[in-house]
Amino acid sequence: MTAHFYGVELSSPLMLGTAQYPSPDILRDAVQAAQPGVVTVSLRRESAGERAGQAFWSLIRELGVPVLPNTAGCHTVKEAVTTAHMAREVFGTEWVKLEVIGELDTLQPDVFGLVEAARILSEDGFKVFPYTTEDLVVAERLLAAGCDVLMPWGAPIGSGKGLNNIFGLRALRAHFPDVPLVVDAGIGVPSHAAQALELGYDAVLINTAVAKAGDPAVMARAFRLAVEAGVLACVADPMEERDMAVPSTPVAGKAMLA
Amino acid sequence: MTHTPRILVKGAGVAGMTAAVTLAERGGVVTLYEPGGRVGAGASWMAGGMLAPWCEAESAPPEVTAQSVDSVDWWEAHVPNVVRAGSLVLAPPRDSGEIARFGRRTTHFETVDGAEIARLEPDLAGRFHKGLFFADEGHVDPRRALVALLARLESLGGKAVFSAADAPDDAAFDWIVDCTGLNVRQELPTLRGVRGEMLLLRCPDVVLHRPVRMLHPRIPIYIVPRADHVFMVGATMIESENAGGMTVRSMTELLNAAWVLHPGFAEAEILEMGTGLRPSYPDNMPRVVREGNHVFVNGMYRHGFLLSPARAREAADMIFGNSVGNAG
Repeated sequence: MTAHFYGVELSSPLMLGTAQYPSPDILRDAVQAAQPGVVTVSLRRESAGERAGQAFWSLIRELGVPVLPNTAGCHTVKEAVTTAHMAREVFGTEWVKLEVIGELDTLQPDVFGLVEAARILSEDGFKVFPYTTEDLVVAERLLAAGCDVLMPWGAPIGSGKGLNNIFGLRALRAHFPDVPLVVDAGIGVPSHAAQALELGYDAVLINTAVAKAGDPAVMARAFRLAVEAGVLACVADPMEERDMAVPSTPVAGKAMLA
Repeated sequence: MTHTPRILVKGAGVAGMTAAVTLAERGGVVTLYEPGGRVGAGASWMAGGMLAPWCEAESAPPEVTAQSVDSVDWWEAHVPNVVRAGSLVLAPPRDSGEIARFGRRTTHFETVDGAEIARLEPDLAGRFHKGLFFADEGHVDPRRALVALLARLESLGGKAVFSAADAPDDAAFDWIVDCTGLNVRQELPTLRGVRGEMLLLRCPDVVLHRPVRMLHPRIPIYIVPRADHVFMVGATMIESENAGGMTVRSMTELLNAAWVLHPGFAEAEILEMGTGLRPSYPDNMPRVVREGNHVFVNGMYRHGFLLSPARAREAADMIFGNSVGNAG
């Protein structure tokens, strides 16, 4: 059961980034093992000029998985908008994962620029997937700007720290039950991905955790299994946590200690 | 074959020069042709020249290490100024986790502490507290090495043609060994270019004895000492075939790594900014492919100096058969 992203149902709640793999062959192996619903691809600006990234982009297209171009590495609204236009031209899709980086060290999103860029791009017909924080107010603004999907971070990009603010992510899920939500960034191991889906998130986006694993294809498979587990767990309606043990056999008639 | 084979080697980058010398040593009558006007007109001129079979295992498949363990011996036997002082792998304190990861993926190193780092590289004393030292690795200045290989080829009776006006006729040769990288994309359609950018700095204030790799989760950079206080800082890896000038972003990343390694680099003179496209196959491994009497040696990716001796040997085996010196 996968949510619809701008009217499209993905074949898997796993979104896989295509950067930083040891080789295009290993990237392809990882994609085959992960069976992701989409692959993301970044358009560094020097690649886009004169179609210099063509060889690599052809490899991405040949993966046979829907492509979600991103604006990774953009620091201003103008840069992000320009990159999105290049992406639309190169990949022939209105979908764009919008990143406007606000802080160089943590790669934290510039949420003000993000809302602005999302508005400009949405008005121009783009289907925007904004990389944001778990902030509810920012989320409201992004939806008002025309986004129908939100991609809050789990933790800073590439940190592998997992879901840093699980309460915030839960609140976001509860607040926007009908908006497709994707945890993007910070996922380090498959259990983090499973946890996001157990919380009711609709998808997870992973790149570094697979690309920088010792064996990316094996890790990709681990993530595929983890998202499957996470989706099933969510559907199955997990038990409630408690502070006290619940004995599985009756205690009546036994000596009460302490 | 009933006579000494006449071989035309096209391309005077590291693949072409190692092939030409190896073929001449095996008894071929070798003509080298490079329309670019000089040795190293392509990506090889921008190379780091690290002969690091074990460090490369961090991101390259095990074959890279297996095929390059004797690479430093080959270079030492063929060109002067090969340095065998090992490689040092370091990370800024906040990225020290990267050292652990690098160590898990590689072998043939010892973990070094601050005192040992200071003993190896006195100028880095007090700056780093943990690193990996790969004692058996080496490095070479790629430009001097290519020039030395040309001299060696000529001393073996080989001829070199550096002008398109004098282009040799393929028909005059028994074998054509094509080492022209991205020029033969028509013939080798899976080739692509991977952009790399590098800097040459002159910095009398810092002395290093061996290549230093500065680990970073996104932007790993290495600094290779050359003669006369010159350092090569490289290299970006961008999936792009734009061979245009270096970007500010890349420049900043390269300079930042040098500065973090040692603040003395702040005073360095920037001698050169270089951009090159590494010819690469989809698995980023070089190949030797034969079609009739054409042998293509290509796809060196970032491993030209490391892997070209083995690929040259492979090409020579194709042409001469496996037994050394058998030209009959």
